[in-house]
Amino acid sequence: MSEFLQQLLNGLSLGAIYALIALGYTMVYGVLRFINFAHSDVFMVGSFIGFYAGKYVPEGTIWGGMIVLVVAMLGCAALGIAIERFAYRPLRNGPTLNVLITAIGVSLLLEYSGQVFFGAEPRTFPAIFPSHTFQVGGVVVSTNQLAVIVVAVVLMIGLQLIVFRTKIGTAMRAVALNPRAAQLMGVNNDVVVSFTFGLGSALAAAGGILYAVNYPSIDPLMGVMPGLKAFVAAVLGGIGNIPGAALGGLILGTIETFVNGSQWSTYKDAIAFAVLIVILLFRPAGLLGRATVEKV
Amino acid sequence: MRFPRPHLALVAAILVAFGVSHYSDRIDPYFLDVMTGVGINVILAVSLNLVNGYTGQFSLGHAGFMSIGAYLSAAVSLYLGPKWLGDSGGTLTQQNGMFLLALCTGGFAAAAAGLVVGVPSLRLKGDYLALVTLGFGEIIRVIFQNVEVLGGALGLNGIPAYTTIFWVLAAAAVTIFVVTCLVNSTYGRGFLATRDDEIASEAVGLNTTNYKIVAFVVSAFFAGVAGGLYGHFKMTITPTGFDFTKSIEIVVMVILGGMGNTLGVILAAVLLTLLPELLRPIAEYRMVIYSLLLVVLMLVRPQGLFNFRRSTRTS
Repeated sequence: MSEFLQQLLNGLSLGAIYALIALGYTMVYGVLRFINFAHSDVFMVGSFIGFYAGKYVPEGTIWGGMIVLVVAMLGCAALGIAIERFAYRPLRNGPTLNVLITAIGVSLLLEYSGQVFFGAEPRTFPAIFPSHTFQVGGVVVSTNQLAVIVVAVVLMIGLQLIVFRTKIGTAMRAVALNPRAAQLMGVNNDVVVSFTFGLGSALAAAGGILYAVNYPSIDPLMGVMPGLKAFVAAVLGGIGNIPGAALGGLILGTIETFVNGSQWSTYKDAIAFAVLIVILLFRPAGLLGRATVEKV
Repeated sequence: MRFPRPHLALVAAILVAFGVSHYSDRIDPYFLDVMTGVGINVILAVSLNLVNGYTGQFSLGHAGFMSIGAYLSAAVSLYLGPKWLGDSGGTLTQQNGMFLLALCTGGFAAAAAGLVVGVPSLRLKGDYLALVTLGFGEIIRVIFQNVEVLGGALGLNGIPAYTTIFWVLAAAAVTIFVVTCLVNSTYGRGFLATRDDEIASEAVGLNTTNYKIVAFVVSAFFAGVAGGLYGHFKMTITPTGFDFTKSIEIVVMVILGGMGNTLGVILAAVLLTLLPELLRPIAEYRMVIYSLLLVVLMLVRPQGLFNFRRSTRTS
């Protein structure tokens, strides 16, 4: 039983990270209807910003960790907005496949530039948050895991408030529903799309820092697998649906941790995709998504 | 692309392949290696173009089919080869026969996998299909990582180097021949119809699912053959060599060539294989430049580098 709870805790903390990345995918998909492949590399850049920023704050303090987190989020928000402005906006009205290829190009560009500028070898991420472990009823809990869950929950609540309680959030939902109608109602679509990219990239950066705190070895290709899995999580929850992305992330992280702890551990990278295939074949709209009918 | 006499063109191409192979020992080995790589990429890109370009489905799992072909044909040469050819390794004719059998095994296994993957997933469209094919590609890779008979994570080593420039050029010629003839046949018009308007095609009585599956299976077959050629060329294969990045590389060739334009796709495959070689002197930055070029090309020529016709599709 205690082992089950232990795995559940590990799974939830991994899932919270997937959820943070998945939110970026799902918001961009909701607004622009395309898979932003570069998102997983924004996640990587986030942890590298944290790596360099972490050298300037005292290790193991809460405020130091928070400063690193905020710096990485701001840096990645700027990066996300720049990517959208220079790579995606010129193709906004072009065929979706071209935007997809551009996204892949940007993703490769970030990975290879990362290998040139950060170096291809893995780096050890500094312990920016205070780290202790304690036992609760036979379950080993580390403060890092708690930090992940707390930060993720706070950010998700913040996101929910932005999307449903602010003017720009309303504009985002309007653009997601019907871009042209939104524009006719006086919404500036470019601003909304930039804001969406900034917000999504900031969440990816937070995910990157939290991932690096728990798995402290970072390299320029670290984003690929978590990125793909986070996208699976977004689809699992229903793409374009913000609570769905959070739910999908938690489910996927938990499933993966349980598989990793079982005799099938070498298949853990395949399980996310198996989940993806099953969900797309039987419930393509995702767990919380609503099915849409194509109109002729 | 249409040839005036496709069968003659095929025979001519195979004769040229034979000629090149006859004089291959006078050609610089580096150049020959690069040419073999180009040929394999041409097969992959042209076959993927049948699905992504002509039929309008977006597959991101081509490397998965390639890996099935590579593994199974390598297994045939490694496990059956010594039994049939004996310790001496057999004569050249026997080796080539062996290789043909290995390539066919790889191709048909990949085609069978294409059928298994295609039947359920081709009900999906667009981004979702892309993701499911990507998922299948990754699952295939993880399975190969776990099958001990096929080397597990270390991969297969010591595969006999059967791939010659003749085999690569001839296989590329056959691929181009089959794909162009298929698309230009009466039956093949169905692929284009499926791409242009699926609902309208169904309304006039075309079984679009059938067309998609046929395109998928044929394309998987040639990916398997290309995988077999690749395995017997590099002599060592690992599961990580056939990951998501490899699929993307092939998709990029198809898109840069202009979807559904075989000549353009061939040119793009040649260019994109040569580009990293040409950029080798600035090794550190070559992949950065490659990816930057990719983004810039998409922004400047969204219809594909070698597509000179105005695109009629807008969405």
